[in-house]
Amino acid sequence: MKRRIVTATVLNQSGVLNRITGLFTRRQFNIESITVGSTETEGVSKMTFVIQVEDDRMVEQVVKQLNKQIDVLKVNDITEQAIVTRELALIKVMTTPQTRAEINVIIEPFRATIIDVAKDSVTIQVVGNFDKIEAMIELLRPYGIKEVARTGQTAIKRGSQRLGAESKQFSILN
Amino acid sequence: MSQNAKAAEMKFDDQAKKAAEPKNGADLFIETLKNENVEVMFGYPGGAVLPLYDALYKNPIRHILARHEQAAIHAAEGYARVSGKPGVVLATSGPGATNLVTGITDAMMDSIPLVVFTGQVATGVIGSDAFQEADVIGITMPITKHNYQVRSMEDLPRIVHEAFHIATTGRPGPVLIDIPKDIAQTVGSAEFVDELNLPGYQPNFKPNSLQVKKLRGALAQAKKPVVLAGAGVLHAKASEELLQFVEKMQIPVVNTLLGLGGFPASHPLFLGMGGMHGTHAANTALYEADLLINIGARFDDRLTGNLAHFAKNATVAHIDIDPAEIGKNVPTHIPIVADAREALKKILSLDFEAPNAGEWRDKLDQDKKENPLWNTENDDGISPQSLMKLIHDITDGDAVVTTDVGQHQMWTAQYYGFNKPDQWVTSGGLGTMGFGFPSAIGAQIAKPDKTVVAVAGDAGFQMTLQELGLVAELKLPVKIIIYNNMALGMVRQWQETFYEERYSQSLIPVQPDFVKLADAYGLRGYVVTTEEEAEKVMRETLTDNEPVLIDCRIKPKEMVYPMIAPGKGIHEMIGVKPQ
Repeated sequence: MKRRIVTATVLNQSGVLNRITGLFTRRQFNIESITVGSTETEGVSKMTFVIQVEDDRMVEQVVKQLNKQIDVLKVNDITEQAIVTRELALIKVMTTPQTRAEINVIIEPFRATIIDVAKDSVTIQVVGNFDKIEAMIELLRPYGIKEVARTGQTAIKRGSQRLGAESKQFSILN
Repeated sequence: MSQNAKAAEMKFDDQAKKAAEPKNGADLFIETLKNENVEVMFGYPGGAVLPLYDALYKNPIRHILARHEQAAIHAAEGYARVSGKPGVVLATSGPGATNLVTGITDAMMDSIPLVVFTGQVATGVIGSDAFQEADVIGITMPITKHNYQVRSMEDLPRIVHEAFHIATTGRPGPVLIDIPKDIAQTVGSAEFVDELNLPGYQPNFKPNSLQVKKLRGALAQAKKPVVLAGAGVLHAKASEELLQFVEKMQIPVVNTLLGLGGFPASHPLFLGMGGMHGTHAANTALYEADLLINIGARFDDRLTGNLAHFAKNATVAHIDIDPAEIGKNVPTHIPIVADAREALKKILSLDFEAPNAGEWRDKLDQDKKENPLWNTENDDGISPQSLMKLIHDITDGDAVVTTDVGQHQMWTAQYYGFNKPDQWVTSGGLGTMGFGFPSAIGAQIAKPDKTVVAVAGDAGFQMTLQELGLVAELKLPVKIIIYNNMALGMVRQWQETFYEERYSQSLIPVQPDFVKLADAYGLRGYVVTTEEEAEKVMRETLTDNEPVLIDCRIKPKEMVYPMIAPGKGIHEMIGVKPQ
């Protein structure tokens, strides 16, 4: 299984998220995460999907099936492109007076912050790409993680692209 | 005052009254349909659509009142398939809408343009489990090309206009519009719109010239080319172009089930239908080809058999209006996203070199001669295959023929011999029992002067036989042929072949007396048990202008052959004529 990042710009009609998640379910596409939010254009939202696919043909089907939806304007598999991906995670970790300082040291290089402190736990906010957040969670695991909430990844193409790294072309229009 | 003057004055009064009458959503609904040139609609009233039906009463469009919503939508499918116009359906909320689900799915699978209107409870109570409320938008999302719920009366003209556009362009399909009752009752004014604003829907019609050039190269090198022509040829009205292309290139043609009629069955280059019950020659061609040109077919599993063995040595070119079909099931080397007619016109306009395929054609001709369709020769009833040939002869091969799904469908596909487009209406993708008879009603309404033959199995007919009432009411000259083997024939066949003759729930020992049933509706009915009787009755009744039901007792154990067993490759046919 390969992880792919697919983005879609969609018309912000009622039910559009339902159309898309329904499509993923009935075509047996595995979704790792979905994020949705508004864009620079009013009435247009952007969705970022992280999906698990077996091969290139499957991601081609994902892109084409999404494109068939009337409310979907544009779909891109941006996995191979120069992109920035970010996710925000909130991690509630058990603490004792002894471990609190230690945790502070661990999270510092991740540029994470403590946003809530209680008697026996702290909540840490961390922003980064998938690997960074996974690494952070692994480092905190020995202390006892009480709860994790993640937003899922959102992504944007970098302003300048490497040559030859344009979005993979499928026969949508050719 | 003269009569004329009086009439004119009354007319003027009427008009003045009309103008003074405030318009509600329902009146607007009827006007939008007239704007889209809707001549006939199929439906069934109910609580949530009372305002719409009231508007229809005041400003009539021909409405066909089926006896069940499922039949209404199948009739609309039959109408759409033979007329080339979208079928329009109207049903009430809740059960009215859910009864349409089978037909909507059927139309989605077989790319039939429908615009389906359902009533809905008033917007204020949506979501409260109100009487006859169902989440029709949620239910039909995966089975429509697109669907809408009208949230404001002003949106109605735009939505209806978009729906007709989406249903009929690109790859056709069903579009549903859900109209809450209060929207239909809202009084106001709304403007009609002509322009469309659908930035997410731009079907591509013209072929990419680079891909067309690749096809040209592949054709020049091919030694074993074959064309697979699907229903896309019919939707695009491309059969004339297909014929020209194939004759110029001298390439043998295989049809899919739904593509029958897109290429003349009597043509020397025609190999027959491919797939599970296709001809040996057609499947051999698909198996051995070195160049497979798919025009408007979707490589359905009933056609390809086990994909590991399908066209494995072939360069695959695929012309399809729907890009998502290209490469979905079969890896494709030359993808051409285009309307079949546009693509063929482009190809014909270029000087393509015909492939050097004489040897290949000879081999397939030989195959056709050596492995024809055949049937067993015992005489415990009418041979279903001979019966279909007889129907072909009596109707000059010119009738519109509709079927359900199963044995009778395959025999019709194999033996009727469709030479022209738009005379074949069948439930292919979904395989819906009970489709044949109501779809024949719709086809007859679209083509009042044509002979329309509804072929149904005895089991499938019993799923929608209530529409005999509609045939009687409209005096539609539909010819109902029941292939009666007292069983769910295809289920029985599979149980015999793959389940050691354990006929679990597939035999139907008790049936109505179909002749009396016809009589109960005031229709002619016959039962025939021999081929002589069948011929006599059919010669008398298939050519006149009256409805008729003929219960044909066919050989109960006859099988549809040849056959590819499930999971097997296209080269592993069983039941080929013994040498």
